[in-house]
Amino acid sequence: MMETAFAIVVGFLFAFSVYLLLSGSLIRLVLGIFVLGNATHLLIFVAGRLTREQPPLIPAAMKVAEPGFANPLPQALILTAIVISFSLFAFLLVLAYRAYQTLGTVDTDDMRDAEPAPGPARLRGRDV
Amino acid sequence: MSEPVIADSAAWLVVWPVLLPILAASLAVAAWGHGRAQALIGILGVAAQFFSAVLLFAHVWSNGPVVMSMGGWPVPFGIALVADVFGAGLTVAASLVALVIIVYSLGDTSEQYRRAGFFPLVLALIAGVAGAFLTGDIFNLYVWFEVTLISSFGLIVLGGRREQIDGAVKYAFLNLLATTFLLIAIGLLYGMTGTLSMADLSTKVAALPNDATLETVALLFLVSLGMKAALFPLYFWLPAAYHTPLPAVSAIFAALLTKVGVYSLVRVFLVVFPEGADLARETMVWAALATMVLGALGALAESDIRRFVSFTVVSGVGVMVAGLAIGTDKALLGAIFYIVHSIIISAALFMAAGLVSRAGAGSDIENLSGLYKGAPFLAVAFLLAGLSLIGIPPFAGFWPKVYLVQAGLEAGAYALVAGVLTAGFLTMLAVGRTFALVFWRAAPDDAPLPASGAQQGGGLVLKGALGALTFLTIALGLYPAPVVDVSTRAASELLSPQPYIDVVLGEAGNGESRP
Repeated sequence: MMETAFAIVVGFLFAFSVYLLLSGSLIRLVLGIFVLGNATHLLIFVAGRLTREQPPLIPAAMKVAEPGFANPLPQALILTAIVISFSLFAFLLVLAYRAYQTLGTVDTDDMRDAEPAPGPARLRGRDV
Repeated sequence: MSEPVIADSAAWLVVWPVLLPILAASLAVAAWGHGRAQALIGILGVAAQFFSAVLLFAHVWSNGPVVMSMGGWPVPFGIALVADVFGAGLTVAASLVALVIIVYSLGDTSEQYRRAGFFPLVLALIAGVAGAFLTGDIFNLYVWFEVTLISSFGLIVLGGRREQIDGAVKYAFLNLLATTFLLIAIGLLYGMTGTLSMADLSTKVAALPNDATLETVALLFLVSLGMKAALFPLYFWLPAAYHTPLPAVSAIFAALLTKVGVYSLVRVFLVVFPEGADLARETMVWAALATMVLGALGALAESDIRRFVSFTVVSGVGVMVAGLAIGTDKALLGAIFYIVHSIIISAALFMAAGLVSRAGAGSDIENLSGLYKGAPFLAVAFLLAGLSLIGIPPFAGFWPKVYLVQAGLEAGAYALVAGVLTAGFLTMLAVGRTFALVFWRAAPDDAPLPASGAQQGGGLVLKGALGALTFLTIALGLYPAPVVDVSTRAASELLSPQPYIDVVLGEAGNGESRP
């Protein structure tokens, strides 16, 4: 039951991030990447099953824990992924700001500094 | 309580190629602001890594795969570094070319770049690449991808010119998207199997029904790793970014980063999904075909010499993935040989393109002319590297294509054979056009004279590095037997991964029995 609810939330977050990522504004792209990362973390969280109030501890007399506990490994994976995505998100924010300072725009359609200059001999689509 | 598994001394070999560059990177950070000291640490660090990689490879060659469980936690609970012939062989190749590129960078980086942390970033990148080649755990592979990604972000914006920022935006967003997809695929795979060790996954995935869920995960792997490897239709970030940073940075990106993507595709589709996932395999065939032909067409149409090299890198990725898509042992032999060839030749061509920009005025193929007069060595090296790229017989690029075409004809993959040959033909036109325009045609009378050797700056180091790689590609072309032997064995190990699985999971048997 909980898994279904979470699956819907994850699906909604993915849809939302795809919507943001399809935009041409750098700020929305940064936010889209951020939401996508969080959706992924929740997805992995759900993949480890959701069970409350049953710690994954192995009793002294047993070799394995009693079945039914939530798998703690995905939570460790998410912790790693959160740290990585947080640092990369910080980099993207700085990069977006620097791009705005240097290139004077946040519209990805106007970012053509690294593309070949549209000379008279090779007209490109947007210049015709 | 079980005794911690203490690896024998041979297992330590697998740690050094990853650990040495990390140690060197930390030392280089400690020497912040001292350009000369950092350069020395950089060269010594990569040289030591090359030495350790050769030792590791020699051990793997004579004794089979080496496994080292990190922290003594047995597989599949802990993370293991695993070196087989494929991973160790590529580590040697990558490390050797990285050493040459570091030497090249001595003539290429000014004090300003060194102050900004060029050497620590390059060392971290090399550590990440070695980690990806040597890990036996799929989540750990994701972490190494992030290590290379973070260092490459730093390297691509180093200098902060306008077009670098522009290229970095595209590079950063699309590569971050790709690693997020990789994380999704890994998370779903863990949800299905409950394990992350590639050896353990291999047996557990085989037991799963070959249904839509498995297919989805396989396609997610194809999309994310294909984006890393620059596979059609996900390669557009590469020619948009690779020509913007320093030539030495472009060279190291082109030599190593796409190859890590191709390596992971091979690993995932041969070890983790040894069979099944038919839709992903079918897609791979067409993606490979489109990549090699469109990459070569892009190279032919390009007017910037460094973007021209970027497109040839893309085309090469198509050829490697074609070998994986055909999937017979001969095709894989060709693909693995081509990875080694491409590591060398991508670096050589970017180095040559960097020297062209130094010797001439700018990097526009249509404006450059007559460089043969001022820079004959560069012209010859560029031509030889270009011929090897096309796959002309006495050079290293010829052999992998022979094996690929043979394997394709035997397996009935005629579309891919036609693609490899067409891409080779188009590449020949593109290389010929670039050589003729930049080096061969006479300079117009009013053109500025090509800069003399001294003005080209750092001349001897840059030319020496380019010459070394050109020599390497000729040497491997004239005497390909060692690479063929290594690739043959790597291919057969990948196609029957049972010994690899036994060795990795055997580590677990030393401790308490698994639940």
